[in-house]
Amino acid sequence: MELVLETKNINKHFRKPVDFHVLKDISLGIKKGEFASIMGKSGSGKSTLLYILSTMDTDYTGELFLNNELATGKPPQELSRLRNKHIGFVFQFHYLLSEFSVVENVMLPAKKLAEKSHAEIEHDAMEKLKMLHIEHLAKQRASRISGGEKQRVAIARALINSPSILMGDEPTGNLDSHNSENVFSIFKRLKEEEGLSLLVVTHDEDFANRTDRIIQMEDGRIVS
Amino acid sequence: MTNWKVILNIAKTHLLTKMKSTVTAALGVTFGIGAYITLVSFMTGLNEMLDSLILNQTPHIHLYNEIEPTKEQPVALYEQFKGAFNVVESVKPKQSQRKIHNALPILNYLKKDDKVMGATPQLQANIFYLSGSIELGGNLVGVDIMEEARLYNIRDYIVEGTAEALKNSENGILLGAGLAKKMSLSMGDRVQISTVKGDIFPLKIVGIYQSGIAEIDNIRSFANLKSVQRILGEAQNYVTDINVKLQDMGEAPAMANVLSKQFKIKATDINEANAQFETGSNIRNLITYAVSITLLIVAGFGIYNILNMLIYEKMKDIAILKATGFSGGDVQLIFMSQAMIIGAIGGILGLIIGYGLSVLIDNVAFETEALPTITTYPINYNIGYYVIGISFALLSTFIAGWLPSNKAKRIDPVRIIRGT
Ligand SMILES: Nc1ncnc2c1ncn2[C@@H]1O[C@H](COP(=O)(O)OP(=O)(O)OP(=O)(O)O)[C@@H](O)[C@H]1O
Ligand SMILES: [Mg+2]
Repeated sequence: MELVLETKNINKHFRKPVDFHVLKDISLGIKKGEFASIMGKSGSGKSTLLYILSTMDTDYTGELFLNNELATGKPPQELSRLRNKHIGFVFQFHYLLSEFSVVENVMLPAKKLAEKSHAEIEHDAMEKLKMLHIEHLAKQRASRISGGEKQRVAIARALINSPSILMGDEPTGNLDSHNSENVFSIFKRLKEEEGLSLLVVTHDEDFANRTDRIIQMEDGRIVS
Repeated sequence: MTNWKVILNIAKTHLLTKMKSTVTAALGVTFGIGAYITLVSFMTGLNEMLDSLILNQTPHIHLYNEIEPTKEQPVALYEQFKGAFNVVESVKPKQSQRKIHNALPILNYLKKDDKVMGATPQLQANIFYLSGSIELGGNLVGVDIMEEARLYNIRDYIVEGTAEALKNSENGILLGAGLAKKMSLSMGDRVQISTVKGDIFPLKIVGIYQSGIAEIDNIRSFANLKSVQRILGEAQNYVTDINVKLQDMGEAPAMANVLSKQFKIKATDINEANAQFETGSNIRNLITYAVSITLLIVAGFGIYNILNMLIYEKMKDIAILKATGFSGGDVQLIFMSQAMIIGAIGGILGLIIGYGLSVLIDNVAFETEALPTITTYPINYNIGYYVIGISFALLSTFIAGWLPSNKAKRIDPVRIIRGT
């Protein structure tokens, strides 16, 4: 099976305030269409790993492949483009641009990519919002909707450029069980209907148990 | 590959949601540029007016005979005292005439020269104006009035009467305004003048001359060259000064030098005559630029502050943009465009306000006895200053935007995202 994401011996140190070996020999692969979750105690390095995998953090040793292409060592400009086109990211805190409308937030990455016309992008964005049942909020200011709705907008934004992989750092961490369940079923459907690959950090045991694979981390190592 | 539409759209949204700061920042630039345009238009207008006041009346080259001692005293020619240390006391000026020798051939020669716009003969005579028992010392200048009008705009300074009236009258005089006032004389009256030798002539006042410079208006009058020659009892070739106006003022020093050697005559050029004059213009320019640059620096700091605050507030947005694929360069462009939009809007508004104020000043009445041709404050509408003004605005906002936007470019999204 083809890998969308692969790492070979990734090591990372924090040098301040004291030298701290936060990630130790991380080697893993995510298959196309796989829904994987990362679990582990607080401070075990899950977020740190996710930032490296999403190419936002480049201060590490080892190799990172995206769609079998080496991402490590590429210039920042190219990494930005890679991130724009191939990686969708959902944060624990639904980061939206509060001065823009919901639909504008969703459209922004696609406008940056500039592969489609404005009309097509708007159409795509409305499709994503519909799929997440929030199309009625399209014209609302992003600052004027609820937390659960914001999280769904963030998911729509992460999906707008049809990425190779969707990453989430505790995307349900701030949601109640109802909304949490809702987000899970959206992820599940994306995997099943669109063959999307997902890698999600979570503390929620139930959530993790329903994914294809759990990657367990402990003190900066993958233990299973 | 920069996607300007997206970048400008984000910049615009930031500016519109921060309307108050945007307006404040833009107004800072507006004041800076408005003040610059107003000041520079007024100051250079003033400079030009004062320049033309002096320069219009000043010939580019002035040829005359100077009364001075011989450089070589006779004793130096005496063989037997050669090499000796000779002391000559009570040196007197050499016996010479104020008259320019060969004046008519020199005039003809000059008039044929392509570089010369015109050469006018003058006869300056020291005379006394008689008013009852009072004698006022002064001088009477014999001129070719039509040439003076063509070359030195003398018409601008004839406040009553006309140049033609002088030309057409045998014994007319253009009386200095100060003199007319002192002697309570006006157009059509007669004035008695007396030569140094004591001959008295009545002259008819056909005009009043006012240069704007009191020292001149209190002593000088003009009459036809022929009249003055006749008054002095001199021949038609008796001329004491030749004034030359060149096509190009810049050639004056070189040409003065040549003429001086060629005709063995004293020749001063306009730069020599007006050396002090430049200083005044330079100081006015210095003030203009010092004030404008100060205002722009203040405006620049305003923009710098506002952008810094904005970037601090938008830290999260910047992290999001970077996480979703905007590069550091894109983020920098977003904030640079904001600075440049503020600069452009503020600058253009400044130009408009500067122009408005200039027009206003231009229409304020400014009448002074010293400047008969001026009725309103002088303004110089030079498009060049507007170009400098807008460039100034854009440059200062560019510099003010550069540092904060560069900071935004380097913001590490991971640190921001972790921070929450
Ligand atoms: N900038 C930093 N400098 C130094 N140490 C850091 C820095 N960021 C994180 N750490 C440390 O690295 C370790 C891993 O942090 P990380 O955020 O990856 O943990 P995590 O597994 O995501 O924890 P959580 O489940 O609480 O989110 C922690 O011990 C943390 O204190
Ligand atoms: Mg974490």
